[in-house]
Amino acid sequence: MAVTKVVMPKLSEQMESGKIIKWLKKEGDRIQSGDILAEVETDKADVEMEAFGGGVLRKILVPAGNKVTVGSLIGVIADESEDINSVVAQAGGGAPAAAAQGAAAPSAAKPAMADRPAAVPPQPKSEDLTARKPVPSKGPEAPASPRVAEVVAQQPAASMAPAQPSADGGRVKASPLARKIAAQSGVDLKLIHGSGPGGRIVRRDVEAAQSSPPAAAAAAPALRPVAQPSVSGPEFEDVPLTPMRSAIAKRMPLSKAPVPHFYVTSEVAMDRAWALREELNALEGQPKISVNDFIIRACALTLLHHPGVNASFQGESIRVFHRVHMGIAVALEEGLITPVLRDAHAKSLAQIAVDARDLAERARQRKLRTQELSGATFSISNLGMFDVRDFSAIINPPEGAIVAVGAVRKVPVVTEDGLGVGRRMALTISCDHRVMDGAMGARYLQDVKKLLEEPLRLLV
Amino acid sequence: MAVMTYREALNLALREEMRRDPDVFVIGEEVGLYEGAYKVTQGLLKEFGPKRIVDTPIAESGFTGVGIGAAMVGLRPVVEMMTFNFALLALDQIVNSAAKLNYMSGGQFNVPIVIRGPGGPAHQLAAQHSQSMEVYFYHVPGLKVVRPSTPMDAKGLLKSAIRDDNPVIFIESETLYNIKGEVPEDPEFLVPLGEAIVRREGTDVTVIAYMGMMYRAMEAAEELAKDGISVEIVDPRTLQPMDKDTIIGSVRKTHRAVVVEAGAGFAGMGSEIAAEITEDAFDDLDAPVERVTGASAPMPYARNLERLKTPTKEKIMDAVRKVCYANGGR
Repeated sequence: MAVTKVVMPKLSEQMESGKIIKWLKKEGDRIQSGDILAEVETDKADVEMEAFGGGVLRKILVPAGNKVTVGSLIGVIADESEDINSVVAQAGGGAPAAAAQGAAAPSAAKPAMADRPAAVPPQPKSEDLTARKPVPSKGPEAPASPRVAEVVAQQPAASMAPAQPSADGGRVKASPLARKIAAQSGVDLKLIHGSGPGGRIVRRDVEAAQSSPPAAAAAAPALRPVAQPSVSGPEFEDVPLTPMRSAIAKRMPLSKAPVPHFYVTSEVAMDRAWALREELNALEGQPKISVNDFIIRACALTLLHHPGVNASFQGESIRVFHRVHMGIAVALEEGLITPVLRDAHAKSLAQIAVDARDLAERARQRKLRTQELSGATFSISNLGMFDVRDFSAIINPPEGAIVAVGAVRKVPVVTEDGLGVGRRMALTISCDHRVMDGAMGARYLQDVKKLLEEPLRLLV
Repeated sequence: MAVMTYREALNLALREEMRRDPDVFVIGEEVGLYEGAYKVTQGLLKEFGPKRIVDTPIAESGFTGVGIGAAMVGLRPVVEMMTFNFALLALDQIVNSAAKLNYMSGGQFNVPIVIRGPGGPAHQLAAQHSQSMEVYFYHVPGLKVVRPSTPMDAKGLLKSAIRDDNPVIFIESETLYNIKGEVPEDPEFLVPLGEAIVRREGTDVTVIAYMGMMYRAMEAAEELAKDGISVEIVDPRTLQPMDKDTIIGSVRKTHRAVVVEAGAGFAGMGSEIAAEITEDAFDDLDAPVERVTGASAPMPYARNLERLKTPTKEKIMDAVRKVCYANGGR
């Protein structure tokens, strides 16, 4: 029987590393191809990882709670009689060396001796709960603000930002000697990448950091609070980035800075759409339809007539999509996520209602599949439920545009006879100026408005 | 200095001490007419006569008891165990009498006895005759335990053991009787009990090993030097009392430690030394202390299985590389 290497899968386009939430199989368990081996936390969702080979799960190299780069060997499936030493040895001591650093641990740089017993990273015996607490920057006796503590408590997957790869949620693994040298030389262990088993910082890592102090200094967050004698308690605390927040933080500047945004806003009379929605929702046995479902349908249909808006900047060319995969931004406690409603242009309003609700619910449970998290050609972000009049959204590259939806508000309107009350909603489209111009965005919005104001068109 | 075998060095130590002190005598199975199962007592019957070289029946508990009684009234017996595995039959005498009488008599009696003979794994001596017997004794307060690795130490330590006023367990090895080395001829040359020695100087890792394991560690160190790993080897020589200062001093220098022992690892000498290092040199450690020990199994008779059970040069090298976080180099 063959030996199957279990590696950290690349579960999304942007995924650089993943954290093993828990192993669903243990060493010695018999595995069939397709069995779910573990749950993995990516920057976007919790994903089940399946086995691609059968046999016995001989070795778990990366225990739950650890984060490893994509492609790292995390386990070995093989027949009981199979010699897996050489495979395991290749993992070296640096297998779980924390994410995003790229540099392989020196111990893994050379192929290990084939007959060498596995250098297995030590498994934490129990979860260190203190590791997840935010670190008060001043006055350890002062209680953490309950609000922040609560936020942190809701983020079981908290782990450090990529800039601090050796720190797993605040607890730094370092050899006693490394700690001593670091303390003597003023090196901050949080800023060092550990090359030992499990990312342990050992002497050579501290010495390397000592020899390149400017880099370490530059990386150090200048976050020392100014003393405020009259105020007791910590001035602030540093809450570790969740993988999702980390991904957002990394992605958004990639959009806002290089993508030249322009914005076009239009006001839509929603009176008829509102009435139609109430009529539809009064029908027995029909799925409840939200205002957002109307907007998805309207935006998707209109995109078919404005392919230039359903487009992506590709450097030397502009990719124009013939299908509409609609990204729907869903706000979560710890960030936001944009599941993709595929072929939205080909779906009825009822189907959109069902699919969108399912995506949003699973997004909140973080149970989305990876293919549901990528491939959008256009996005919608709706903050209407927060009674927002209007706002502008940041384009989610490589998409070319995004529509920001405000609340449907009752406002005074001028009618033929005088003054009346109408339902109005603001739509703001953010466009990539490299792909389209103001008039294109305006014309698109005009047609969306038309559809929403004559909503029966959405039903045919 | 003269070059002689380990066996000859022991013989010389006995001879010198018997000449120096008429109270010293040897007792055991086949020590006289047969001149010792491993010829350690060769020529002694001829020189010192049957009153001082006493052949006994096969009765370890009995002749050990005779030795203890003789020691209580002022003689200095050297009791030979044909192999130390047989000392199990005399365990009650050793543990409950020799080790305890000084304490239980309020200091009225001391027991200046040496119990010596070969122990530890050798070549295909099988399960009952290959045991690392030191573990049974160093746990007992009141006993000193010596494991000499070289001819020079065999002589110097045996003489110190004979001159010591308390019971000393002195365990040799079948595998070392024929090794040769320089031995001082000075009859006053002694190696004090409780002093370790640095067998090889190094900077990257301390390997603590004695007897046959020390020689394997030396071979491993030679190999590792080719990879740029500098191994320091410390031989404790006396296991009880243990020379912690030398071991800790070395670990403070190298920051990493590997302990090798032939016997099974559980609650063995490796565990003890690892604990001492963790207690006294924690902040100097760059890696957890690694143990290389025999497998937890009776010693098989088959040669290939015997090799599998026992720590090898390769296993020692692996452990060293592991604590150095290296496949080569520091």
